[in-house]
Amino acid sequence: MSLPTDNAPAVPRAGATEESRPSLAALLLDPSFWADWASVVGLVGLVILFGITQPVFLSVANLQALLLAAAILVVLSIGQTFVVATSGIDLSLAAAVMLGAVILGLVNAAGWGVLAACLLAVLATSAIGLLNGVLITAGRIPDFVVTLGTLSGITGLGLIISGGEPTMVGSTFLLKLASGSFGPFGYPVWVAIAAVVVAHIALYHTRFGVHLLATGGQAESAAALGIRTNRVKIAAYTISGFCAGIAAILLVARIGSAEPQINTSLLLNSVAAVVLGGVSLFGGRASILGPAIGALMLTALVNGLTLLSVSAFYQPLAVGAIVVLAALIMRYQK
Amino acid sequence: MSAVHRTAPADAILACEGLSKHFGGIRAFTDVGFQARRGEVTAVIGDNGAGKSTLIRCLVGVHQPDGGTIHFDGRPHPFSNPDEARKAGIETVHQNLALIDELTVAQNLFLNREIVRRIGPFALLDRKAMKTQARAMLSRLSINVPSVTQRVRRLSGGQRQAISICRAAGSGAKLVVMDEPTAALGVQETANVEALIRKLREQGVSVILISHNFDQVRRLSDQIWVMRAGKMVATVRASETTGNELVALVTGAA
Repeated sequence: MSLPTDNAPAVPRAGATEESRPSLAALLLDPSFWADWASVVGLVGLVILFGITQPVFLSVANLQALLLAAAILVVLSIGQTFVVATSGIDLSLAAAVMLGAVILGLVNAAGWGVLAACLLAVLATSAIGLLNGVLITAGRIPDFVVTLGTLSGITGLGLIISGGEPTMVGSTFLLKLASGSFGPFGYPVWVAIAAVVVAHIALYHTRFGVHLLATGGQAESAAALGIRTNRVKIAAYTISGFCAGIAAILLVARIGSAEPQINTSLLLNSVAAVVLGGVSLFGGRASILGPAIGALMLTALVNGLTLLSVSAFYQPLAVGAIVVLAALIMRYQK
Repeated sequence: MSAVHRTAPADAILACEGLSKHFGGIRAFTDVGFQARRGEVTAVIGDNGAGKSTLIRCLVGVHQPDGGTIHFDGRPHPFSNPDEARKAGIETVHQNLALIDELTVAQNLFLNREIVRRIGPFALLDRKAMKTQARAMLSRLSINVPSVTQRVRRLSGGQRQAISICRAAGSGAKLVVMDEPTAALGVQETANVEALIRKLREQGVSVILISHNFDQVRRLSDQIWVMRAGKMVATVRASETTGNELVALVTGAA
């Protein structure tokens, strides 16, 4: 697996023969090592590169801004990871964020409390995930088609209910969420950290996590062993929708309004972060830390390029190049 | 050889009578009587299409028989799915549907019966306990794998088969059903799996074995049942038969 947490170091074992640990040199020459650690290596590389060329990059203020900017993508990447681990893909993720934001804005504007608005937004995006999962499993439609359909459907729904107009959300709660901080990090960063911790435990320390990976690895074998693979898949899409709801709250808090237009780079970057994080697009192997660091790396890339006054037009090009490169390296994963 | 006897011996772990199954107009088998004795290796042989696999699938709950009765462990058993059969103590080693490549040996051995610790309302995996028990399960059957934290993908066909058998036996199953367990294996690996099956029997686990390999069946099993064209045509003690006799029974030349 991609990160050390799930594959505990070899300890002496009874009944099984001893396995020698590879030397550091052998490790560094092994392409699968680089594949497993692509996101970390990439992040460290970018930090060094930008740190040398633009020292402001390493300033505390910039690093804090970077983490803040990365929080939304980290949360989304986690949602995408659960889906990709089942060998699916959620293309409706960014559209769900948009719809969640619009619902948050409208419910809040209708005079409901902001907490109720947030709750409804999360419920709505989770319901979208549930719908995706049910259509894919019970409807036996390929994930790609279903989530492409819901992408379009909920984009339209968002435009219809908002009339295409942005809604201002002037809530002190959201303002505090966006600008307040605890210790070294802003609240959104803590939200992202909490999401990482919870998702990591769910993936590696619960039966659901093992069943998720089994379903993604070989669904038929998993079903033959009594795992309810359809339920597992539906749960994965629902988790993805839930993460979209959390991201919607963070997004509205960050920009102060609910915009009925989808941020397509969020969708692509969520998939990119998952790939960078060493999660197999064929399912069955996943980590949470990997995609989270992948999301950080993509945000660092955009941040550094901006600091270097590289035109914003070059950013998608750079992201695309890195993702394809990462996918190439992944082929060496064992 | 003897005629197929209709009454189950008292020590039968699994017995069926008058069993039949058809798919639409095609009869898979009719009026099949079959018993597996407790603690024995019972083989079912027959040509392709004789109905062995369908019979086995009926016994483990994958298919529902159209007629006849099945008794498992003294009780009538109407298993409507493999999960129920598993809960009652019948484990099946599937030919291809056995292991998840991307999971470790220990994870595979405990898949869908993971050991958990309760912490408040949460149930977290007890990975240490599973690794320890996985090692114990493997060493009890003298199965050699580099490490229980190794991904199954990197194991050989024989090791994988050994682990799926270990998985089946390790759940405390009373009866392990194996469909062509050595079909895809090399000579040495086949020998290892055969040794494993003998070991299972030594430990008192009953085994039903489907095989094409008559020599293997004679080496491994106590009782051999022969199917031909959807009927159970004969049953013999393995110690009292010859390869030629089995060939004759399977082909209908006898």
